[in-house]
Amino acid sequence: MSAVGVVRESVAGETRVAATPETVGKLIGLGYDVAVEAGAGEKASFTDEAYAAAGATIGAPVDVWRSDIVFKVNAPTAAEIGQLADGATLVSIISPALNPELVEQLSARPITVLAMDAVPRISRAQSMDVLSSMANIAGYRAVVEAANVFGRFFTGQITAAGKVPPAKVLVAGVGVAGLAAIGTANSLGAIVKATDPRAEVADQVKSLGGEYIAVDVETEQSTDGYAKATTDAYNARAAEIYSEQAADVDIIITTALIPGRAAPVLITEADVASMKAGSVIVDMAAANGGNVVGSVPGEAVVTANGVTIIGYTDLAGRLPTQASQLYGTNLVNLMKLLTPGKDGQLVLDFEDVVQRTITVVRDGETTWPPPPVQVSAAPAAAPAAPVEPKPVKEPLSQNAKLGIVGIGILALFLVNAYAPAPLPEHFTVLILAIVIGYYVIGKVHHALHTPLMSVTNAISGIIVVGAMLQIGIDGDAENATVIRVLAFVAILLASINVFGGFAVTRRMLSMFSK
Amino acid sequence: MDSQSIATAAYIVASLLFILSLAGLSKHETASQGVLFGISGMTIALVATFVLIADLADTTSVVLLLIAVVIGAAIGLWRARVVEMTGMPELIALLHSFVGLAAVLVGWNGYLEHQSFALDSLEDIHNAEVFVGVFIGAVTFTGSIVAFLKLSARIKSNPLMLPGKNYINLGALAAFVVLTIWFVITPNLGLLIAVTVVALALGWHLVASIGGGDMPVVVSMLNSYSGWAAAASGFLLNNDALIVTGALVGSSGAYLSYIMCQAMNRSFISVIAGGFGIEAGPADDKDYGEHREINAEDTAELLKNASSVIITPGYGMAVAQAQYPVADLVRKLRDRGVDVKFGIHPVAGRLPGHMNVLLAEAKVPYDIVLEMDEINDDFKDTSVVLVIGANDTVNPAATEDPSSPIAGMPVLKVWEAADVVVFKRSMATGYAGVQNPLFFRENSQMLFGDAKERVEDILKAL
Repeated sequence: MSAVGVVRESVAGETRVAATPETVGKLIGLGYDVAVEAGAGEKASFTDEAYAAAGATIGAPVDVWRSDIVFKVNAPTAAEIGQLADGATLVSIISPALNPELVEQLSARPITVLAMDAVPRISRAQSMDVLSSMANIAGYRAVVEAANVFGRFFTGQITAAGKVPPAKVLVAGVGVAGLAAIGTANSLGAIVKATDPRAEVADQVKSLGGEYIAVDVETEQSTDGYAKATTDAYNARAAEIYSEQAADVDIIITTALIPGRAAPVLITEADVASMKAGSVIVDMAAANGGNVVGSVPGEAVVTANGVTIIGYTDLAGRLPTQASQLYGTNLVNLMKLLTPGKDGQLVLDFEDVVQRTITVVRDGETTWPPPPVQVSAAPAAAPAAPVEPKPVKEPLSQNAKLGIVGIGILALFLVNAYAPAPLPEHFTVLILAIVIGYYVIGKVHHALHTPLMSVTNAISGIIVVGAMLQIGIDGDAENATVIRVLAFVAILLASINVFGGFAVTRRMLSMFSK
Repeated sequence: MDSQSIATAAYIVASLLFILSLAGLSKHETASQGVLFGISGMTIALVATFVLIADLADTTSVVLLLIAVVIGAAIGLWRARVVEMTGMPELIALLHSFVGLAAVLVGWNGYLEHQSFALDSLEDIHNAEVFVGVFIGAVTFTGSIVAFLKLSARIKSNPLMLPGKNYINLGALAAFVVLTIWFVITPNLGLLIAVTVVALALGWHLVASIGGGDMPVVVSMLNSYSGWAAAASGFLLNNDALIVTGALVGSSGAYLSYIMCQAMNRSFISVIAGGFGIEAGPADDKDYGEHREINAEDTAELLKNASSVIITPGYGMAVAQAQYPVADLVRKLRDRGVDVKFGIHPVAGRLPGHMNVLLAEAKVPYDIVLEMDEINDDFKDTSVVLVIGANDTVNPAATEDPSSPIAGMPVLKVWEAADVVVFKRSMATGYAGVQNPLFFRENSQMLFGDAKERVEDILKAL
């Protein structure tokens, strides 16, 4: 049975903790012993007593750091890395792509390091995706921070003391944080607009009550679920949109991040200058270089024209209790994956894409970067590994389709032009009936498919009319007996169809109730 | 005004009523009205024909006719009354076969009657019409019989894999064309028998090479074929009522099949051609890990604490007749304030809309029964999903594994919910014969046994 150690965060201003009493209980349920450093949850309003009550032991820093598995929020310092026991596993946010030196330091020790911020964006791994869970909180908090500074209501009101217009909010970048911000701002009553290079997020924006502003330039599809760097043409058009919007809106929240790179600049100095006095910008990417010219990481600055630019980098940490709870749950979900036996034995399976991707160092060996993961959400990206190249049928080109239609019409024309008397009339009737049949059921409700089919089945029993006409043959005619017998059978069969079909449809329909 | 002109006028009225009937069937509000239109149309057509025959033909014919209609009506009404709602697909498939066989018989009679024609070309056309009618009718007949046998599990539902099956189909079509030309030149009974046999064999082969999981589309396609068979008979008998009605059924059935093909991401052309039994699935020895079991009490506990529940039923619910206990479960949960919805995959069951019919039978309000597109985004905010007897329609491999035989088919994303409980008889694969990685997910648990009994156990525990 392994021991999990939850250490106190050393970074100044960090309020979160990697486990809460609730998640401690779940870890114990997975078969682990849990030790919590004294005071670890203090800033997130979790007392040592609460941890102890959940079954954890409260320990001194040195002991907790020597646990088999160490849970942390922020990347460890050099001194902290030294405190880890040989063979230990460290689970934390690492940002391996941005911190190659840190990865090097980590791999100098015979330890295993799992980066929580490297969880691939596949459905199965959602429950461990700390970037999502933290971004969700940060997006909410960004709106709250903006509201705090903003000198007006968000919602429009008509009062005895005059009319208050609603605030207008622009959210740039519709990831998890952006969506959370859209939802929060909308529920406060603001008019929300959002931009993002990925056109597929339009529906998500709409679902949260925002309006999606499309940048009408073609872009590539993202294959890993994150936004990509954009083209020049796109950037030029986007810049125009931002300039227009900046002059119009009261609050801008920027969330644009590209993994492994500096954040793109979206709002220029001129844009900021064009904003009304009292407007607020929250730059959620301030820590990675900022989306807004003039933002200062960790601070709120006021420009000459009275615009406040908030560059806080600890937005998630400003809701420490909630953030710790979600982060802790992400860790528990990871441990569920890593503890298949629920026996407190951590098993790292490199065949599993999630486990492979988050492992930065294994037993002192650097395993970063992992092989790329194809995210299922990416629309029809080329199959990752074509098992056998099948001859794919090319869909017919527009011209070929037109050609076929043309040949069909010509054939119909020729048949009718040459056919003798009754045939063209029959064809007229046939063609019109086909068209009517197509349109008449065009908007059928899916629940009515079966009754519709059963009624059309009954109607196709109209063939009974044909058989009835045949049975009326003159008794002295050639083959009269054979014809009558065959017609008799046909009438019988078709009658079953007619009566049975209608009766069963009525029975079915009588069951539909609201 | 004679009986002939009265009949013609009546046929026009009947055709109009059929159009109104189909239009009515497109909406819940007007559906039962639509059926009434259909019944009135059919009554008018039948009465008009009867009057015509009574006027022109001798007593023997009229008596025979009445006997046949009465027997047929008795059998039809009896079957319609006793059929289980779960047996609906088989019944409809069987009824299609009757239309097909009737069309064959009408075609044969058309040949035997030896009418005299004013023009030689008219006689040629008549002979060609006999062949077309017999051909479509015979294909519909055996195709429907095979569909019926597969749906009622009397024969194995695996697709038949004859080598070069596409060439068999094409060969049968070519043989049909050759025989038709030959017959037009020298009409004789031997050729008529030959074409009937070819068409019967083709109909059998077309449907036999389609797997049981795709039967909803096949039934809808056969529905369309039965319409075309009636239309062909109309040409043969110079009867516009048959042409109009047959074409209505044919084109609406074809369109319905097309909608369903899109829902399953199948090519429409390959369905009509009966060739989409796909290549045999790849040998599946992948290790998916361990599945976990849950019992009814724990499921009840899970449901009690849930804020929202989505139920995704499949054929298994129909087989187990579990719709009534499921409806009870829904009522109980709703009384407790749990938000319960149904997510119906377009091809759940063995007939389009099969699940809706069953749930309606059990008095589940239809405004909580949603289709895939309406509900697929809700799964991620759902506490518990109950998968009752569905398998392929909730298989994540369809979206995540490009090499899977069902890759690209839209599926219900049940795995996005916090917890998934799968009701299943065993770990066997579904109709598509594909293993379902859903069962091995962290958030899914298996509840084994008969769906009806298990749901009743949950009800008790609640």
